[in-house]
Order: sequence, then structure tokens, then C-alpha cells
Amino acid sequence: MFFTSYKFIGFVILLVALYYVLPKKAKWPLLLLGSYVFYFFAGWKCLFYIAGVTVITYVAGLLISKNKKSADARFAEMKALEKSGSGSPEEVGKEARKRFKEAQKKKRRHIMAIGITLALLILAVVKYTNFTIHNINGILSAFHAPKRINFLTIALPMGISFYTFQAVGYVIDVYRDRHEAQKNFFKYALFVGFFPQLVQGPISRYGDLSKELFTPHSFKGRVLERGLQRVIWGYFKKLVIADRILPAVNTMIDSPENFKGAYVFLVMMFYALELYADFTGGIDITIGIAEMLGIPVKENFERPFFSKNIAEYWRRWHITMGTWFTDYIFYPISVSGPMLKLSKWSRAHLPEHMGKRLPVYLASFVVWFTTGIWHGASWNFIVWGLGNFVVIMISQELEPLYAKFHKKVNTDGSTVYKSFQIGRTILIMSALRLFDCYRDVPLTFKMFGTMFTKWNWNTLGNGTLLHLGINRADYVILALGTILLFVVSMIGRSGSVRDKMEKKIPFAGRWAIFTALLLVIVVFGAYGLGYDAAQFIYNQF
Amino acid sequence: MDELIAILKDIHPDVDYETATNLVDGKILDSFDIISLVSEIADKFDVVVSAEYMIPENFNSAKALWELIEKLQDEE
Repeated sequence: MFFTSYKFIGFVILLVALYYVLPKKAKWPLLLLGSYVFYFFAGWKCLFYIAGVTVITYVAGLLISKNKKSADARFAEMKALEKSGSGSPEEVGKEARKRFKEAQKKKRRHIMAIGITLALLILAVVKYTNFTIHNINGILSAFHAPKRINFLTIALPMGISFYTFQAVGYVIDVYRDRHEAQKNFFKYALFVGFFPQLVQGPISRYGDLSKELFTPHSFKGRVLERGLQRVIWGYFKKLVIADRILPAVNTMIDSPENFKGAYVFLVMMFYALELYADFTGGIDITIGIAEMLGIPVKENFERPFFSKNIAEYWRRWHITMGTWFTDYIFYPISVSGPMLKLSKWSRAHLPEHMGKRLPVYLASFVVWFTTGIWHGASWNFIVWGLGNFVVIMISQELEPLYAKFHKKVNTDGSTVYKSFQIGRTILIMSALRLFDCYRDVPLTFKMFGTMFTKWNWNTLGNGTLLHLGINRADYVILALGTILLFVVSMIGRSGSVRDKMEKKIPFAGRWAIFTALLLVIVVFGAYGLGYDAAQFIYNQF
Repeated sequence: MDELIAILKDIHPDVDYETATNLVDGKILDSFDIISLVSEIADKFDVVVSAEYMIPENFNSAKALWELIEKLQDEE
């Protein structure tokens, strides 16, 4: 049941209607039931995986919380014993309490480690087993060994990377005492499996999502209207832009030998547009559906293509994934005991600049490697992740040079310089995404190289563009759609577009606009609703 | 507190740390700066700011950070 199927639209309409009709007590259980029905349609076997991750992380969270409560109670008891002058030597004194606290924390850390290892193990087995076998076979082949390991037939359950990360984040947050564990198993199961987020995120935090997820919301026309508007906008991006440009991208990357040089640049630009419209469109649908139910979900994008550099881009693209990696991988590695020791050593023995940065670079390397492999079990994604790391590292190292440049040339408020920075970000990010497009890493490098060695820009004007699987009308629709996307982004720079519409345009006018947009989707959507519209790209991650 | 301000000044000399209250939210300190800071704090004050304390509220101002250091020093 894809977001782009009639079945899904019918499912959402029914669920939203039932949600507002049912009594308060039945609202969140309905969402849980709906989420599992949705997941059932993705393949009944998938249910075992999500149920497994849910049970493991639920138990881990509960045990950590239980330990924390009993440890706190005992700690207070030890303090009281000291005050009253009773208690054994093991129980009284600051040192005794410190030892006790540390021992209990260690216990909780072990529970957390076991919980997240088991949850990640499920992800690792289904996502990376065949990749590992592929690499082992590669090594066997390199050594001319006659044996090969057979690949396993494991289908990747939909959204497993997203809900596993969400559940792992929950366990770590319980350990860090950001919130208590959820005692009600079914409520917790809803947090992990809330259906709009299952396809491609965002990766929510329990502390944020739980506030409204279990609250029974009464019907409010305004809430429904705003959610619906966001959903329509998401479908517009997905069906009118992303799916319409998809055939051209596929034509060029499926026959790389025929589309070198300027066409690789075209792949860069077309794929950037496709991925942006596809992913942000999908997130708009997710957030819009949740909004229709009165549940706010974290934003995942903040106009990333207006970023001045790659580091900023990553703060504005797939925000919930970026903050997840920062909070749960980057920081723990950076401030871990061995890393602090390395930091001390490097600051004492290396030149000041390098001494300070070496530990951060090491932690960043791990983060980007993990980010790459999280996106997909292939070397393409690993190299893509490390490519991002290299670019960010280079830009950090070039900072003194930039500072010198800015001292000599005043670029403050310069639109030209800002445009240059934005253009540079778009080009670098789009170039790195070529790893997402071509078959393997060597081919990607080769194709990238042809942009500089094969000078065939003149052929772009000889009608070839009309033989990429999309026709003249498609280009016109794409151009108009992209202009609309750009204009909406520009308006959105100073606040929510829907807020502005609400203030300036009367109800009838707003609905005339969104009805027109809906008509555009029905008429110009690449395949039309209900047909075999393409899956969301992030669905496969 | 003065020692902490000196460490912060070393990272960004042009910031007024006595008054600034949005060091993280205002994107003055990035993750690179925060890690350098944690490492220097470990050296100077003998406290480990573990990952659970890595939230913007603890790093948004020199005062908040100083309070965190004191809390970690006093922690039993």
C-alpha cells in the first residue's frame, strides 16, 4: 500500500473519519490498529520485524527505568541513614553513595547496550547480510578460491532503518533520563509503528512525538484543512515533479555508455530535483496526515538548497536523521574516554590546529561512514557518505583561507556572493549524489570524469532531450512545477506559507487554490493516482 | 568562570560570553567547537561532560556551561 495508491488514500480517509467519530479512549488504539494494518499490506512477514524491535526496545526501556527508580529510592534511603546516624559503613558517606550510583548506572548502561545491540542486529541481518556475502565472495574470487557463499533471500522490510533508529533513540533517551519509559506496551508500539512515518521518516524522538500521539484530539476544521493542504502539496511534488522527471533520469543512468559528458551534468541536476521533490513530497504527506489527526511531527527540511555550505546543507536536509547521528553517534564517540585521551595526546603532541581537530575528524569519519551504510548496503553509499566527510573536512581546513579572503574582499550582504555559495552547494551535493545513480563506484567516477573529457554540450540542443523518455509537454510541466516549487520556497523563507495564506486569502480563495492544485495533480501527475506510481526513493533505505 | 571564558575566547575571540545566551541556537558554537570545549573542560576542571549532557541548553551560555561544570564537580 504505497502513499501513491488509491488504496492508501481510501485508508487514510477512513482512518481520519473513524478517529474523530470514535470515543476518546479508542483514538490511540485505532491509530495502532491502523498502523499495523498499513504495515500488514507491506507484507505480513514485515510485522515480525517491527514487533521484534518493539518488544526488545520496550523491555530494555522498562528495565532501565525500573532500575533508575529503585536506585534513586535506595540513594535517598542511604542519605537518610547518614542523617539519622544509623547504617553500615558501606551505606553511609559520599564515597559510598557515589560508588552505588556508578554501579547502578553501569547496570543501566549494560541493559541499554544489550537492547540496542539486539535491535540493531535485526537491522544488520536483513540489510547487510547479502552485502557482507557479496564482499566475502569478492575476496574469495580475488584469491581464486573455488567456493562461493550463496546469497540469502531476505526482503528488506519497509521502513526498518527508520523505526529501528527511532526505537534505539528511545532506549538511549530513557538511559539518559530524558524521559521515563512508556509502561503501556501498546502505546509504545504505536510510537515505533506510527504509520505515516514508517515509509521514510522523519525519525521522531519519544519526548516530542508522545506528547500528542496519545492525546485524544477533537475534530477541528482548521487542523484538518491545514493537514490536507500539506498532503496535497506533497502529492504535487511527488507525482507532478519527481515521478515525471524519473524516466529521464533512468534513461540516462541505465545506458551510461550513451549518455556521457553533458548528460552526466543533466543527471546531476535532474536527480537533485527528483530526489528533492520525492523526499520532501513524501515528508509533506507524512506530516500532513499526522497534522490531520492533530499530531505535530518534526520538520525534516528547511529549504536545504539555499544553504551556503555543505555543513549547513546537512543541518537543513533530513534534519531528524542528522540530529540522530549527532546525538547518538557523534557526541558519544567524541566525548568517550579513549577519544578524550586521544584529544589530550593530540593537543600535546601535534600542531595546535591539527591537535584540536583530529578527534573531531575521527568521530565525523565514523558518522559519515555510518550515514552512508545506513542509506544502503553498497559501496556506492559508503563512498557517498565518505565523500560528504571529505568535503566538510576540506571546507573546515580552508576556513583560515576564507577568513583571509573575506578580510580583503567585503562580501557582507552581497547577493552575488551568496548566489555563488548556494550554486556551489547545489553542484557539490548533486555531484556526490551521482553515487546514488550509477551501478558502481568506478563507473560513477568514470562518468563524473566524462563531464570534463567529453565535450558534447552542443548535442543537448539537437533534440536528444526529447528522447530521454519525457516529451516537450513534460518539460513544460516540469519547468512550471519547479518555478512553483522555487516561489513557494522563497515565500517560506520568512515563515509558514500556509500561515501567510490563512492571513491574506479568505477560506474560499484558499480552497480554490488547493482544488486547482489537486486538479493539476490529477491531470498532470506523471502516471495519475492509483496507477503504478514509483515508490519513494527513501522507502528503500 | 574566568578560566572557562578564557577557553571559550580561544575558540571564538570575537564573542561576548558574558552576555551571549544563544551560543548553540544562534549557531555560534558548532559541533567541532563543542567537542574541543568538552576536551578542554576535561583537562582544566577534571570533569567529563558525557553525551547525555550534550544538549543546547547546557552550551547556550557561558553561565549555563559553568553551572553544568559545577554540577558535575559536586555530583555524588
